[in-house]
Amino acid sequence: MPGGGARWSGPRHEGWRVAPEGLTTEAVVLEALTLILVCQLVGEVSVLITGLPVPGPVLGMLLLLAWLFLRGGVPESVGRAADALLAHLSLLFVPAGVGVLVHWERMRGQWAAIAAALVLGTLITLAVTALTMKAVTRLTGRGGSDNG
Amino acid sequence: MADDPFTTLWVYLAASPLLWLSLTLVCYLIALRIYRLGGESPWFNPVAIAVALLIGLLLLTDTPYQTYFDGAQFVHFLLGPATVSLAIPLYRERHRLQRLALPIVAALLAAVLTAASSAIGLGALLGASTETLISLAPKSVTAPVAMGISEKLGGLPSLTAVLVVSTGIVGAVLGTGLFRLLGIRDDAIKGFALGATSHGIGTARAFQVSPVMGAFAGLAMALSALVTALLLPPLLARFMASGG
Repeated sequence: MPGGGARWSGPRHEGWRVAPEGLTTEAVVLEALTLILVCQLVGEVSVLITGLPVPGPVLGMLLLLAWLFLRGGVPESVGRAADALLAHLSLLFVPAGVGVLVHWERMRGQWAAIAAALVLGTLITLAVTALTMKAVTRLTGRGGSDNG
Repeated sequence: MADDPFTTLWVYLAASPLLWLSLTLVCYLIALRIYRLGGESPWFNPVAIAVALLIGLLLLTDTPYQTYFDGAQFVHFLLGPATVSLAIPLYRERHRLQRLALPIVAALLAAVLTAASSAIGLGALLGASTETLISLAPKSVTAPVAMGISEKLGGLPSLTAVLVVSTGIVGAVLGTGLFRLLGIRDDAIKGFALGATSHGIGTARAFQVSPVMGAFAGLAMALSALVTALLLPPLLARFMASGG
């Protein structure tokens, strides 16, 4: 592989831009990942202590959002770390999907109910959501998006 | 020690998380390639293909899911940080969010209520057990959030995870076709509906269609995770208390 994919394999001097804080970009990405993990940690711990009805990662997301508003922008490194995590979001669902093995018997026993909820329920939800948004967009008289 | 070198190797690999972690990534990459070879048709959903490949491997090697998950948990773990990261697309889209506040709030409430009630209604109608119904209720939100809700209410978090992934795949496969049938052309609306219904897998699909659709799907996924986490547990607890 000529060159491609070598970006993260080791120190490349031309790649080591110096960030404003005097840290290398790699170290800044590490900071961003730490920020994301700490937000989740604080979220999980707060949920454990207070018994709030929200899952920890959601509280962590709110914390990070509040931090972004306080700061008034997304630091480039945080944006990059988040984009990296979200770019292959569907990969992250694969281990949970393989869990179908464990629940095979239960699912076979109630297959009609589960299949209906999965297929019809999903189609109904897609349709209701899209039609509601379309109707309210039209009612409020504004364009849906920049590309019409 | 062991009789032949192949058995020795297998015993060593089977005990290490490295094997199934690597195979999860390899199967996903193969699935992505199949998806591209299939002309990026939604029917070649990468998650569905990767899951099918891995199940085949597990059955062939007679490996229990727990052994698989010991390796794959490192990928699974990243769902949490990915959920936290949703703050970034949310923040980036804050102006559009303000501009479209009313349609978004209306669509969001419609999505959250329809997703849970259609799942419970259809499931109950066709005789699913209470445990299955609770596990079905949060199936439209991203896995860590849905699993948390299911666990709190007495469902089976691991079953919920499977149902979440299935819902994601169904929406990603059928969504664009349904929108065409309904005459919905606005990418913002299509993206929002896909993200609100089919969370991360729907969002991944939306990004493949257009960046606007992807941004709105990410936004919808984050908002519906939040609103479902806040609304569904108290609503469902009350519903179960009244309905038995």
